[in-house]
Amino acid sequence: MKRSSRNLDPGPSSGKLKFSFFPGCSLKASGHENTLSLLKFCQSMDIDLVELEDWNCCGSSSAHSIDKRSAKYLPMRNLSLAPRGVPLLIACPSCLLRLKSSFLSIKADPALRRDYEDFFEKPFDDELEIIHFFEIFNRVDLKDHMEILAGTLKGIRVAPYYGCMLFMPPDLRYEKSHTGIIEKSLKSLGADIVSYGYANRCCGTYLSVAKPDIARKVVNEIIFKAMEAGAECLVTACSMCHLNLEIRCTLDNPIPVLHFSELLSMALGAEDHKKWFPRHIVDPVPLLKKRGLLA
Amino acid sequence: MILLDDGCPDFAGEMGEKTGIDFNRCLQCKTCANGCPFIDGMDQAPNRIIRMIQFGMAEEVLKTSTIWVCVGCNTCSSACPMAIDIPALMDGLRHAALDRGVEIPEPDILNFHQEVLNTVKKYGRTHKLEIMMRYKLKKMDLFSDMGVGLKMLKKRKLDLTPSRVKDMKAIEKIFQEP
Repeated sequence: MKRSSRNLDPGPSSGKLKFSFFPGCSLKASGHENTLSLLKFCQSMDIDLVELEDWNCCGSSSAHSIDKRSAKYLPMRNLSLAPRGVPLLIACPSCLLRLKSSFLSIKADPALRRDYEDFFEKPFDDELEIIHFFEIFNRVDLKDHMEILAGTLKGIRVAPYYGCMLFMPPDLRYEKSHTGIIEKSLKSLGADIVSYGYANRCCGTYLSVAKPDIARKVVNEIIFKAMEAGAECLVTACSMCHLNLEIRCTLDNPIPVLHFSELLSMALGAEDHKKWFPRHIVDPVPLLKKRGLLA
Repeated sequence: MILLDDGCPDFAGEMGEKTGIDFNRCLQCKTCANGCPFIDGMDQAPNRIIRMIQFGMAEEVLKTSTIWVCVGCNTCSSACPMAIDIPALMDGLRHAALDRGVEIPEPDILNFHQEVLNTVKKYGRTHKLEIMMRYKLKKMDLFSDMGVGLKMLKKRKLDLTPSRVKDMKAIEKIFQEP
């Protein structure tokens, strides 16, 4: 799926959007369907994504919990690999937090900058733009693509679920907030947005492994509240949240959980969903058929 | 109000320096505790952790389950009227607990973190299947939660082989003891 910039680069004058893409471990493995549908979406929107060459794990919660050294250098190495002049696009909220806060601290701290430059033997790129997948919606006029698509999602009742990482981290308090992007874009495609109080509630992250009872409780709470508000499905912005919501839910007949990128790609007419939906634990196909989104 | 200059400043001073937090700011309003999604799993509420630090109760704080159960979702810090970065404090306390070698009351959580970092050290990226297998082996509990594991395998959410970084020298350098 990786598109080569060498063959397809239309040059700077074309106005075509081009990003380096940092998938991260969750999207690369357990959330593979998220990556596939995201690449499909970008392809449909004529956006060029080039996977960051030889990227590594951002360190995630485990590094900053128990190992300061790897928590510091793992995100830095990814920054050092990013090509100049191309924005770095990240779809995982947790990876975004790690890479961006690393970038902001180096920018603000001359000693840390020296440390970075000594360690990676290259100058630090002050100008590197690190953006979340949602930022695409500020740069592309979806209307260009959506006018013909209005109503495509046919009133499917969606509970947006952002998770905690996109909203609250103090390290990113001066950065742009993307609140409302899921609501706005899916509504313009014809979905009904359900409002409930748990859109930024934490999914439990790694407690899903080490403390499954606690994770089960928060996951059930989130899905129950969405169902109570009348949602037919949840739409997630985070691949790890998606996994937790699926594997830790013990409610009877829970609603399916879709990746934001899956629903977007469906609206744009992507037909390779056969590769995505079998990877879901709660099968979204009956709902999508009922709503006429799948034949 | 007990100002730390007059009280037991040693531990508060040390943690303040490490995390950049001024513990005098805490009003004990309990907003953090009331909003925390994980408080049921903690033995001390987050506001009590700060109070204990104010009183210089280093060992007691470092032995709480709270500092390990906190996942850093920032529900507390975004609601705190005094803008205290509580998850940053928990990070600092975890490091202090490991540095001082106190007994960790949540060995499973520590075990999980160690296994995650083991795969990152080996491949440059996490490998969920290996993390789970080794975590379970160390815990000597292979069978609880088996259903979820099998479901994940069936849905191909656990890749059998790891995704790897090519330049492993660079990863080794990151994990080298300085």
